[in-house]
Amino acid sequence: MAEVTYLEAIRQALFEEMERDPDVFCLGEDIARYGGAFKVTDGLLDRFGAERVIDTPISETGFVGAAAGAAHMGMRPVCEMQFIDFVSCAYSILTNYVATARYRAFLPCPMVVRGPSGGYVRGGPFHSQNPEAAFLHTPGLKIVYPATAADAKGLLKAAIRDDDCVLFFEHKYLYRRIKQELPQGDHVVPIGKARLVQEGKDLSIITYAATVWKALEAAEQLQREDGLSVEVLDLRSLLPMDDEAIAATVKKTNRVLIVHEDTVTGGIAGEITARIQDLAFEWLDAPVKRVAAHDVPLPYAPQLEDFVLPQTTDIVRAARWLAAY
Amino acid sequence: MAATSATAPSPPAAGGLPHDQLLELYYWMRLTRSLEERLVNLYRQTKVVGGLFRSLGQEACAVGSAFALRREDVLSPLIRNLGSMLVKGATPVEVLRQYMARGDSPTRGRELNIHFGDVVDRNFVGQISHLGDMVPVMAGVTLSFRMRKQPRVGLVYVGDGATSTGAFHEGINFAAVQRCPLVVVVENNCYAYSTPTDQQCAAERLTDKAAGYGIPGVRADGNDVLEVYRVTREAVDRARRGEGVTLLELMTYRRKGHAEHDNQSYVPAGEIDRWARENDPLDRYLKTLTEDQGIGVDQLISIDDRVKAEIYRATDEAEASSFPEALDALEGVYADPPRMPVLWYREGVRRAVEKHERPSSWGTHDG
Repeated sequence: MAEVTYLEAIRQALFEEMERDPDVFCLGEDIARYGGAFKVTDGLLDRFGAERVIDTPISETGFVGAAAGAAHMGMRPVCEMQFIDFVSCAYSILTNYVATARYRAFLPCPMVVRGPSGGYVRGGPFHSQNPEAAFLHTPGLKIVYPATAADAKGLLKAAIRDDDCVLFFEHKYLYRRIKQELPQGDHVVPIGKARLVQEGKDLSIITYAATVWKALEAAEQLQREDGLSVEVLDLRSLLPMDDEAIAATVKKTNRVLIVHEDTVTGGIAGEITARIQDLAFEWLDAPVKRVAAHDVPLPYAPQLEDFVLPQTTDIVRAARWLAAY
Repeated sequence: MAATSATAPSPPAAGGLPHDQLLELYYWMRLTRSLEERLVNLYRQTKVVGGLFRSLGQEACAVGSAFALRREDVLSPLIRNLGSMLVKGATPVEVLRQYMARGDSPTRGRELNIHFGDVVDRNFVGQISHLGDMVPVMAGVTLSFRMRKQPRVGLVYVGDGATSTGAFHEGINFAAVQRCPLVVVVENNCYAYSTPTDQQCAAERLTDKAAGYGIPGVRADGNDVLEVYRVTREAVDRARRGEGVTLLELMTYRRKGHAEHDNQSYVPAGEIDRWARENDPLDRYLKTLTEDQGIGVDQLISIDDRVKAEIYRATDEAEASSFPEALDALEGVYADPPRMPVLWYREGVRRAVEKHERPSSWGTHDG
């Protein structure tokens, strides 16, 4: 069976879900005739028509709000942010209207907001963001951020079938750089379950999205050069978060490094750290440490971007410090 | 499409409605006013635990416009549109329970005032406080009608103030482009909280905005219930025919403050009295019914009596309702998981909560 890219996996999920359920439809800027800025929705218009693949005005509040209204009526809309950086334009309606709808008014709001996220692509401050932490603080939303093609497909299918609003972050660096054979059949990955990528016994790296791959590179180097056995846990779902998997890896290795691409202050690593000391304080042999982006807007020049973002060498250095603690 | 911005001409007498429907309009307006008056009493007795919002002087806007909808049509009310919700089937006891934060209120005590809805049967949507947000939401509700080829229409209210928001612009523009079967009613009541409309927008008329969206804009006398019904009905029919969005501007006046606590110090002297004296929608309609339609005052008095009795009954019923169980606060944020966990430091008081005991240290120390 042929290998499929992360991007193609997302498209497959959209195709399959739209085939399966006539209530699923897509809307966003330039997604229909043009097929989306990254061509994720390429071919959807031909297959499903303009009624179910809608080019919208540049109005994130407008079409996210419209998705919510359609969702109340039983539709299952999938909104594309052309870049996830622009989800901030819909922040108010997502957090105030969508996230509260079920609780305050028993209004179902089954919808997905998806879009290309993340850096390492020379996109500069407004085409590289990782705004997931901004939504972690909003009860009523779910957040997933897959690292593999299989998870991208399986989690998007789960997100579309979920009865609440799911923010689906896609890492654009991974779009065409990774590929794998996908599981056969109706491949759905449950939201809220982490994935143990690699077992180890000396220390754990908890991460998600593109830095899963950097963590794996680092783990390989640490094994080779230091003889360290590193466990890598890919969270996949950030809200809800898999506390059980987090506790299990902490209790196993007793040393934890949390890695994410988002900036360090107020990033999700802080929340994970708090959970670890709630769940497994007595099991820790070292302080929980973070490797994340420096607290600056993400700059454009490669020398600057590469310095600001967490790199494999940073993970290696931090892991060595932890192992020696 | 050429946008037309004009005050509609005088309607044919009684808007073509038979007598029983004319009386129904009177009933809804009287019910709205009397129910709010009852709420004022309950507010002063501190039984309304939050703020109280009035639509005094604006009842014709809400009632006349909602009356142009069918049951299957979806309405999105704003804070001054109690009347529209009553027309759509909301009951006084629901409104009273909601204001008094009872456990069997339509939102089980989660939301305040008239922030509640029912999209299963009666078809009105629970609003949020962020003004303008309901316009994109209703664009989507009506987009679903178009996609499913249902002959249904949506109607969303905003105030003069909300027309300044980005959400209003994005929502109405999206709906216009998609030719959604939507009527956008701007209820221009001269004030957004304390801010007069000329500080809100430099356009002469808010219907001028319609041209920018390529849709018709119609301005009408919002204190003439039959006129409101007539212009809304035209817009609703147009939407149902698949001709898209209409912007209506209903000219009215907010005689009470933004909420009950507001002393209206910003209103020029005499302005409120003048509107009350010269342009009260109920007074005007009563005159139309008795003088133009030959309806006897006794018929109207019997409606007033019926309204009074209904409100007494509803108040008794609402006051007999119990308050919510504290642990219900954790239910239903998501479909799955169905409830959020109790935080660890509340575990000790959990049994007390379940037994409906309120620990003396509640809210300060856990002891």
